[in-house]
Amino acid sequence: MRKIKEFFIEKLILICGLASIFFVVLIFLFLLKEGLSVFITVSPFKFLFGKSWYPISEPAQLGILPLIMGSLLVTLGAAVISVPIGVGCAIYIAEVAPLKLKEILKASIELLVAIPSVVLGFIGMVTLVPLIKNVFHLPTGLTALSGSIMLAFMAMPTIVSIAEDALYSVPKNYKEGALALGATRWQMIWRVMLPAASSGIVAAIMLGIGRVIGETMAVMMITGNSAVLPKSILVPVRTLTATIAAEMGEAVVGSEHYFALFSIGIVLFIISFAINVTADLFLHKRQ
Amino acid sequence: MVKVDVKDLSIWFGAIAALKNVSLQVKANEILSIIGPSNSGKTTFLRMLNRLNDLNPNFRIEGEVVFDGSDIRKQDIEVLRKNIGMVFALPLPLPLSILDNVAYGVRMHGMKNKKQIAQKVEDSLKQSYLWEEVKDRLDESAFKLSGGQQQRLCIARTLAVEPQVILFDEPCSGLDPISTAKVEDAMVELKEKYTLILVTNNVKQAARVGDRTAFFLNGELVELDNTDKIFTAPKDKRTDGYIRGKFG
Repeated sequence: MRKIKEFFIEKLILICGLASIFFVVLIFLFLLKEGLSVFITVSPFKFLFGKSWYPISEPAQLGILPLIMGSLLVTLGAAVISVPIGVGCAIYIAEVAPLKLKEILKASIELLVAIPSVVLGFIGMVTLVPLIKNVFHLPTGLTALSGSIMLAFMAMPTIVSIAEDALYSVPKNYKEGALALGATRWQMIWRVMLPAASSGIVAAIMLGIGRVIGETMAVMMITGNSAVLPKSILVPVRTLTATIAAEMGEAVVGSEHYFALFSIGIVLFIISFAINVTADLFLHKRQ
Repeated sequence: MVKVDVKDLSIWFGAIAALKNVSLQVKANEILSIIGPSNSGKTTFLRMLNRLNDLNPNFRIEGEVVFDGSDIRKQDIEVLRKNIGMVFALPLPLPLSILDNVAYGVRMHGMKNKKQIAQKVEDSLKQSYLWEEVKDRLDESAFKLSGGQQQRLCIARTLAVEPQVILFDEPCSGLDPISTAKVEDAMVELKEKYTLILVTNNVKQAARVGDRTAFFLNGELVELDNTDKIFTAPKDKRTDGYIRGKFG
């Protein structure tokens, strides 16, 4: 009797394990099937590097370069803002902050994760967007910069908590070894802690960026949604994610436009996948 | 000449008393061995001298430790740690090359001239008996060295910042007998120029290298005398029992 029970539980768990792989494969296959159809009419090169995205004009122009550039610009901006602040914050929490403050900081950073992105986008829309408009004297505050700033807030918790973990797991001995040689706290952090934790910190940054590039709602609300090649960070842009979200509802099923949106999905998938694999490589290097 | 003067030192971690009213003097250019069972406070005593105990937030201290004419708690902590170096139980190279490991502290304390640094590295490695073994591969990672070599590298690193006192915290606990002998040779050589304090679990090691030996038990200093006296005619029967291996 016990044997039979054991057998069933074992198989049940096996099915659960296989299910997750199965679904991922299914999703990927569906994405491929729908997405690759677009290349019957548009060459992959023209699709990736075409400079204009007019999916409903006659004939449709399906070049996603403006969308890729929009995504990269917003992501890069977010990284430039969130990486120094996030890593600095992680160092402060791991090495400098007194015990009580450390707890408070960690809790509030976790709270930041809990804010739904639509709320963040909404707050950005009513506070940040007018501010940017006034500061830079722009016709509109819905710009790549606004998106970058808002997304930096979303990347920060990931960066802080993983980088803090990496710093925390540096052997205590390294720290004492440096201090025993007469290092100041900053010298110890800069020359010992950061190099020793570097692979974990890089992984933290990658995962933070991964979160930003896949984010949809907040960027759609505050980046202005204009699918043209951005010339600076102070103009409206449209990201890959926002394009899919905004246009999927109105695209005719089975049309060129519809397939093109799935292709954008493949591009996003590849980018996210690459970022996650890189992060993983760095995380494993650490162990 | 007295190098370090410890007066009525008591240390607590939270509610636990780690050291109780310890008074002792360390003489210049001697090797003072400290022996005792685990939890006897010997490592706490050692880590007090370069103030590594300060890292523990529950740490509390009473009494006085005089070095260079003033209490160590009134001295600049980085200067104190430069003057009182430490070699840890586990050899602990930084993830850098052999050269950079030794040069690390030197650069940190402001030496910039490459030639001077190279000279300093060579001198330190010679003093720790490692130079001959590594002189042709200074750019290799320090992790490629054997355990014994790594420990002598750590000694060289400590020497390079020109300390006056060197603390050894069970420096041979992870080493084979041959490596241990090499580290011990280096220590005996070093006392010409430095004052050495050696915490060890190996009673025989204390007998081999120590000029004087202190026996700690439960946070108290039981006995301190010349090494040959401690090992042949100890005054306290607890010391006698520990040395003979009856407890600890």
